[in-house]
Amino acid sequence: MIRISKRADMPQSKRWIIRISAIILALAIMSFFFIFLGHNPLEVYQTIITGSLGTYNRFVKTIELVIPLSLSALGIMIAFKMKFWNIGAEGQIVVGAIAATFVALNFSELNSVLLLSMMFIASALAGGIYAFIPAIFKVKFKTNETLFTLMLNYIALRYVTYLQYGPWKDPAARGFPKIANFAQNARLPRVFQINAGWIILIVFVALIYVLMNKSKLGYEIAVIGESQKTAKYAGMNVAKVIVMALFISGALSGIVGMIQVAGVNYTLSDQVSGGMGFTAIIIAWLSQIKVLLIPVVGFFFAMLVQGATFIRTAFQIPQSIVDILQAIILFFALGSEFFINYKLHFERKAKGRIQNG
Amino acid sequence: MMKKVIELKGIVKTFGSVLANDHIDFELRSGEIHSLLGENGAGKSSLMNVLAGVYQPDSGEIIFKGERVDIPSPRHSIDMGIGMIHQHFKLVEAHTVLDNMLAGMSKGIFLDKKKYRNQVLELSKKYGLDIDPDSIIDDLSVAQKQRVEILKVLFRGATILILDEPTAVLTPQETEKLFTIINNLKDNDHAIVFISHKLDEVLSISDRVTVLRNGKNVSTLDNKNLDSGILISNMVGQTLDLAIERPITSKESKLLEVKDLSVLRPDGAHGLKNVSFDLFNGEVLGVAGLAGSGQKELCEAIAGLQEKLSGTIVFKGDDITGSTPRQIIKKGISMSFVPEDRLGMGLVASMDLVDNVLLKAYLKQPGIFVDRNQARVEAEKLVDKLSIDTPSVDINVSKLSGGNIQKVLLGREIELQPELIITAYPARGLDIGSAYKIYDLLNEQKTNGNGIIFIGEDLDVLLQISDRLMVMCNGEVTGIVNPDTVTKEDIGYMMVGRKIEGVNSDD
Repeated sequence: MIRISKRADMPQSKRWIIRISAIILALAIMSFFFIFLGHNPLEVYQTIITGSLGTYNRFVKTIELVIPLSLSALGIMIAFKMKFWNIGAEGQIVVGAIAATFVALNFSELNSVLLLSMMFIASALAGGIYAFIPAIFKVKFKTNETLFTLMLNYIALRYVTYLQYGPWKDPAARGFPKIANFAQNARLPRVFQINAGWIILIVFVALIYVLMNKSKLGYEIAVIGESQKTAKYAGMNVAKVIVMALFISGALSGIVGMIQVAGVNYTLSDQVSGGMGFTAIIIAWLSQIKVLLIPVVGFFFAMLVQGATFIRTAFQIPQSIVDILQAIILFFALGSEFFINYKLHFERKAKGRIQNG
Repeated sequence: MMKKVIELKGIVKTFGSVLANDHIDFELRSGEIHSLLGENGAGKSSLMNVLAGVYQPDSGEIIFKGERVDIPSPRHSIDMGIGMIHQHFKLVEAHTVLDNMLAGMSKGIFLDKKKYRNQVLELSKKYGLDIDPDSIIDDLSVAQKQRVEILKVLFRGATILILDEPTAVLTPQETEKLFTIINNLKDNDHAIVFISHKLDEVLSISDRVTVLRNGKNVSTLDNKNLDSGILISNMVGQTLDLAIERPITSKESKLLEVKDLSVLRPDGAHGLKNVSFDLFNGEVLGVAGLAGSGQKELCEAIAGLQEKLSGTIVFKGDDITGSTPRQIIKKGISMSFVPEDRLGMGLVASMDLVDNVLLKAYLKQPGIFVDRNQARVEAEKLVDKLSIDTPSVDINVSKLSGGNIQKVLLGREIELQPELIITAYPARGLDIGSAYKIYDLLNEQKTNGNGIIFIGEDLDVLLQISDRLMVMCNGEVTGIVNPDTVTKEDIGYMMVGRKIEGVNSDD
């Protein structure tokens, strides 16, 4: 018989030993797949690292993944801290991208600084409002935010398809369903060859850190996440805090949409979010809702995604195997948290055990 | 007749660095009622959980009817005939008594319900439990549910019963009845462990009393020539003055006026019905009543935490009916509410002392940032002043003991110097030393001219500390009485809804 009990506190060092062993174990198990496919697993793992960091170009690509993943995860974290399960980052990225694209296509005669600022603000507003809607419904009518935010994702995605095939179709693309490329002044400048989104990310990590740890709003968010009863008791305006926090949460993902269209793709397509809003949920969760851990975990994930893309071509490994690799690492990483928080007791099954002593 | 059924020898149980049981010896004979006394954290529950198979002792022996045994799980404990009746009942509310008895029985696929029903009836009759096997748990009173729990362990063959503070939820009349049942069990050679904080009950029912202190067995005494003084000095290691002070104050100005206050619960039922009373400066208004008689709704309605209410609540001429806590704070109304649910409402369990002190301070701080330095100074002051036992102010409050948690909460509220303090069960679960500290703190506020609403459960305490005592039943006030002239019996009747003429001292 196995009994599970909650563990008393574990020192940080031991926690990290467990987490790292979990990752190593995941890689060890994955090795069987690679051996079965006829590859040397060590070589594969090494290629993941070189494929994501091996050259400056690859490093740029990896960082350009770190930016959207981490920024979106920051937004999700704010909602999760309140136990508001916002899984709508994907949709919030998309509406941010739509808003930025609208500005980019219609005001392209403005100078670059003004245009980009307008795109930035538009995307933040759009993403914010897109998260604000389920938040209002939650506090007014107690709707389920998980379903609500999830469904909004699909509306946003389909709307891009509509724009792509309909009103925003580029006449110059000769019938091909594509939205026009952005003019030069609507594109984010590159700093050290990386799109300027990395500067935005650094600024927001600092801002959100201050918000969560030093501001009244951050304190209210933390209390509400623990107990709404306590929050009301302390005189907090719970509904207002939830709605405000969700606006910020969605705005961050909206900005991601702007960075992707103005810094990476230079156009809008229904591939703009590409599941990043979901990966960001995992990053927020693995970072244990701690602001400063998010870019670290985000970097690890970006490496994994970028490296996996690389081994796909380098070893002719099918995408499904790459997906399995990511899933197994995740499974073990999340599973290790169970062993950090709980203890297993193995017991023999016996009845009225009597000792002779 | 008086043979030993259980003997614990040198039981040691540690939790991390805390020594909960330190070489405790304890023995229980059949046909005896053995009380277990001790302050909170003295090791009573740890010791009983060893018997119940919940905890494994680090060392020591358990001798069961002469043989050395291990009790590796609660299942084993039940099979050995040990039954524990917990403070919080573990019954399925929507099921009948009989179904609750049969739940978890793993003998065969089909149940012969009729046979078991007869067995249950027989047991109920034999021990005077007076329980109908077909009634739904939800319809039963607290006292009846408790008797169902007793019936349940008897049905499973228990001959050793551990009752964990069984009288905490009972009226004096119900306590009488429980004692009759316990004595019936005793006459049938069952062994009973009775855990209680109430000394007069312990003295009236026990054959022997074991006193624990700091995880050690201080003494096991025969109940001959015992008095509460002896028990107290054993429990706390010194003689304590048992009387709670009731300082005399002038009660001139009206602080709070509640008129025809009714509250609807979320399910539509009445939580409060036409409650009216006044509170004066420098007064302690005690509120007595069985659990769930509307005390929670009353506190929350005044503190602004109930939504559906009618009637009026006037604080020094300000109508605050229906104001939210935020509005009450913004209006500058100086009121503190110490809720019953300490970690679920009054404090944030996963936050440290500093952040918990901040909870009531941050709204008044200027700007958009919180000032933790100020809260830290405040928290350190509290720790000092109330001798809160904590390694530092950076510890999560959930890691503190019950008494220290309450000190943090009450201390924080009193530091705000409120004119009105509403406090629900402030000493619940606290040891005698901590409880008296709390009473002193409240009396100090009263002497300063502040008004206090004191929701309590221990009538002895209520009668001593209150200037007037309000009794509630089913959300209604059944009387406001003078504690110096009322009898406990009368209060008991009022707690179950009988309005008593002539004792109403309300002007």
